[in-house]
Amino acid sequence: MNEVLITVENLSKKFCKDLKTSLWYGVKDLASGLSGNKNERELRPKEFWAVKDISFELRRGECLGLIGHNGAGKSTLLKILNGLINPDAGKVTIKGRVGALIELGAGFNPILSGRENIYNNGAILGFTRKEIDQKVEEIIDFAEIREFIDMPVQNYSSGMKVRLGFAVAAQMEPDVLIIDEVLAVGDIGFRVKCFNRISELLNNCAVIFVSHSMPQVARISTHVMHMKKGVADYLGSDIASGLRMYNQNYTIEDTTVIGNEFIIKSFKLSDIEGKVKSTFLASETICLKLDFVNNSDYKDYFISVVIMDANLNGVASLNSLSENTKLDKKSYSAEVSFENFFTPGKYAINIVFTENINSSEYSFGKTLSNYRNLTYFDSTGGALVGTVPIQMNSKWKF
Amino acid sequence: MELETKVYQKENNLRIGKLLKDSLSDISKSRFLSFQLAKRDIQAQYRQSYLGIIWAFVTPLATAFVWIFLNNSGTVRVTDTGIPYPVYAFSGTLLWSIITESINSPMGSTNSAKGILSKINFPKEALIVSGVYKLLFNSSIKVLLLLVFIFFFGVGFHWTLLLFPLAILGGVLFGTTLGLFITPLGMLYKDIGRMIGFGLGFLMYVTPVVYAIPTSGIMKTVMELNPFTPIILTARDLAVGMPLMHLTYFLIVIACCIPLFFIALLFYRISIPILVERMSA
Repeated sequence: MNEVLITVENLSKKFCKDLKTSLWYGVKDLASGLSGNKNERELRPKEFWAVKDISFELRRGECLGLIGHNGAGKSTLLKILNGLINPDAGKVTIKGRVGALIELGAGFNPILSGRENIYNNGAILGFTRKEIDQKVEEIIDFAEIREFIDMPVQNYSSGMKVRLGFAVAAQMEPDVLIIDEVLAVGDIGFRVKCFNRISELLNNCAVIFVSHSMPQVARISTHVMHMKKGVADYLGSDIASGLRMYNQNYTIEDTTVIGNEFIIKSFKLSDIEGKVKSTFLASETICLKLDFVNNSDYKDYFISVVIMDANLNGVASLNSLSENTKLDKKSYSAEVSFENFFTPGKYAINIVFTENINSSEYSFGKTLSNYRNLTYFDSTGGALVGTVPIQMNSKWKF
Repeated sequence: MELETKVYQKENNLRIGKLLKDSLSDISKSRFLSFQLAKRDIQAQYRQSYLGIIWAFVTPLATAFVWIFLNNSGTVRVTDTGIPYPVYAFSGTLLWSIITESINSPMGSTNSAKGILSKINFPKEALIVSGVYKLLFNSSIKVLLLLVFIFFFGVGFHWTLLLFPLAILGGVLFGTTLGLFITPLGMLYKDIGRMIGFGLGFLMYVTPVVYAIPTSGIMKTVMELNPFTPIILTARDLAVGMPLMHLTYFLIVIACCIPLFFIALLFYRISIPILVERMSA
């Protein structure tokens, strides 16, 4: 068993909702900070617990995925772990060198060249001059910006700045690594590089990883903690249950309708027996019933169902063109069914009515109506492997 | 290898000895960082400007010129200062600018590092030390100009001139200590910074910056009590080789500043997490 590097015991932190009051409490805290402030801390007016009673332990080689919706207290927790702010109750014990990938390129001065800023950023991250002297070439190569290294950083594109920032940070050899969603930047080639570097670190560190990208969390975490309003309501090594909680806590976006030519009178999701539900097991059949009215003059049209994942990327679509029936009536009661082959997670359904122009080329008619986020469904029970949203049925022979 | 263990909890460790040891060890560990920060700021400041170094002394020079003009034209008649008035006025405004810059330095450094303070854990003392480096850099340029004045106006060289840098150091220590005490509150409320700027404007006139201490009256008492007075006077007397009238008070002020500086440093260290919490994400 590897040694425990992070121990968090009953950690709590409160914040104030009102600026003026917050500043005044700041003055009071400064005064009481001088006298040690050992009293039990209660909530003062206009305060709330941003982090409440969090406890966990993390060993070398483990990675805790910290998930939760915006404002759940994840960043506050990271700040406490990183020693930027002090907790109001509880205790954090961290062993070893802490590296934080929270902000890339800290300390950059826009006027100075990339090379000079490697030293600025490196110094803030705790490197010595000798270490940077040794690593500077490696950093430039990692960032792949040798051509521009003596140009002022203000003329860099944001992607280049991030590359340089990450290249410096990648030189850290921490025991405890704290990562806060900085990875979703740069072009895809560089992102792969970042991931590879982080994967190298993973085995030798205790990692705390905050992300809204559930596939990423699923891929690298060994444990997951779901936070809601400052409280950890799930903590464990069953990644799937953690992600399920995250998905359940979605605030459902209202349906957005673009174009009012078609009115959807009613809709429902059900299983094959007609039982209305919104959570489907892997391979279960999903039925979508749709009553709509066509108010337009278009006589020939088709319906597409587009299924979007949590990041609003379209992951699958089906359309009525395959049925070879011409839709020309004023109103229909339609039903479409498809198999749930989605990786566990939450998916949104969009319905699009499009004019049909029977073209053999790849051209499409006018979009008549578009219902975004008409409804949602959850996919559960499937294997949570990888980051790809669709798990196809497949036949294997060995 | 034994790993370094950090503990974060609500109780501040109030054993002064331990705190001070941590603080000093952070200062020594972050020597490169403080140097690098100062170098960064100085480089950036001069790279984006043609007049560069001139801006370091243009304000004290302008104030001195105004007073030299007022005096020479007879608009304001200042009592005899014992040395050529331009040297007196310029040395005064210059020393004054060093002290005010020192007072503003800790708050300025902390404010400009706001963005990284709330993101990255680094030894905060490095900000203060880098501020001192920058002060010393700017001051040395000013001192060079003062030397030009001293020789140009025929005051000539006195061996006490060699002690002048020590008096400047004293001034920087005095200003930085004051500034450090103000910083935590000043980081919370913008009012503090404005009040300091406003107050220093007045304070200059009860300090022998552009005129000497009058021989009698309430002004004499106020000016003699003012702790800024011995610093300006001693530094100036050393530079031009006049008898050191206020050396005792100067030494008392500096002797008080040394322990106060370390107390202020601890206050700063304790305050930073409280400030970061109230600052923007």
